[in-house]
Amino acid sequence: MRSQFDQQLKKLNTAMITMGSLCEDAIDHSMRALMARDKAIAAQVPELAGQIDQLEREIEAQCLKLLLQQQPVARDLRVISAALKMVTDLERVGHQSAEIAEILEVMDLSAAPSLPAIREMANATRKMVTNSISAFVHQDPALAKNVEAYDDVVDDYFVQVRSQLIALLRDPAVDAESTVDLLMITKYFERMGDHAVNIAGWVVYTATGSRESEGI
Amino acid sequence: MGILQSENLHLWYGSFEALKGIDMEIPAREITALIGPSGCGKSTFLKTLNRMNDLVEGCRIEGRVTLGGEDIYHNMDVNQLRKRVGMVFQKPNPFPMSIYDNIAYGPRIHGIRSRAKLDEIVESSLKAAAIWEETRDKLRSSALGLSGGQQQRLCIARALAVKPEVLLMDEPTSALDPISTGKIEELAIALKKEYTIVIVTHNMQQAVRISDRTAFFLLGEMVEYGKTTDVFSNPHDTRTENYITGRFG
Repeated sequence: MRSQFDQQLKKLNTAMITMGSLCEDAIDHSMRALMARDKAIAAQVPELAGQIDQLEREIEAQCLKLLLQQQPVARDLRVISAALKMVTDLERVGHQSAEIAEILEVMDLSAAPSLPAIREMANATRKMVTNSISAFVHQDPALAKNVEAYDDVVDDYFVQVRSQLIALLRDPAVDAESTVDLLMITKYFERMGDHAVNIAGWVVYTATGSRESEGI
Repeated sequence: MGILQSENLHLWYGSFEALKGIDMEIPAREITALIGPSGCGKSTFLKTLNRMNDLVEGCRIEGRVTLGGEDIYHNMDVNQLRKRVGMVFQKPNPFPMSIYDNIAYGPRIHGIRSRAKLDEIVESSLKAAAIWEETRDKLRSSALGLSGGQQQRLCIARALAVKPEVLLMDEPTSALDPISTGKIEELAIALKKEYTIVIVTHNMQQAVRISDRTAFFLLGEMVEYGKTTDVFSNPHDTRTENYITGRFG
């Protein structure tokens, strides 16, 4: 009597993995566009964000249907309720990647200052997002907890980059507009780290049944 | 300490051990649900709480069941016990008499003769069981003329008429339609303000909807017992998880 339910859960899992993979692509594109100062790469992100939005709606519909039809309990309930919460965070990652791409498309890339710490921060954020999705795919609460701990690293980078950008803004030779753009981009990366923490928190909840972390 | 408590309770039907050492504390003014597959011992356990198994030939019990600290198998008159621990069964079983007499039956047996007092008990019991409005104009009509759902609420009213402390319900809605089921469930929630309720149910969602605690029985053992929200969101035992998610049973 569970075979249909198991099929539906499998379908939900596949959709979640697809959405996670698209989010990884989106953050990867926005990061590479920033590092290579390449507007052509940035231009591909909105399309990815659109696909992510579409999948979010499809997964929500799947979850609501499962709640209605199967009245799930125990782990089934945790999987479905966690999926409903996680898609919101995944959608935000896609949306914020698109915001970064949008800034890159309009900003004067040649005038923007070069800051190695931004590159490192973007890398660290991408690692968080990738690991949170990997923790979900492999149902690995230990990896999820690493993601939660790693948020401090990204937060430290943000503080560091912000100080450096403020210092640059005091220099009249530096282009203020692109420097402020970089600050916004940095903030988007920092927010994506927070969403990775949320995703990781739901992976832990699915596995253990307890919400240990507060989320962001 | 719970109002009802079983300690190392074993029960045999002949050589078959139906309950294998149940330790359970049932808190007052809460709804406790007993779930598990057919033959797991949940109804047998329910019946031990007001000694309904006394009537079964070849039934033997070891261990203790206490009600308010008193051992119900050794220091208590069984009629007094059943006054304190009422029971409602799967199939509504009104007596073939009027609605009024159904409710007055218990109080009369316990010595109440005053018409005014009986009137008061009948009205308050029917009100407590949420069936007063439907029956107030036909108290002298046969109870058998009521619908199944109404009959079951009448049986609850009949159980309440002797002012019990505990109400045992053995699958009280399995023979009822969804609307009648909803009424019984709402009634159970309303009644727990004054009564302790123990309910056996095969309907998992019903246990989730109305109970505060859930005990899962399997093959005569109590596998897991805890807050209903915990048992249904994060069961500790794999057997509980497998049963409530429909992997067996």
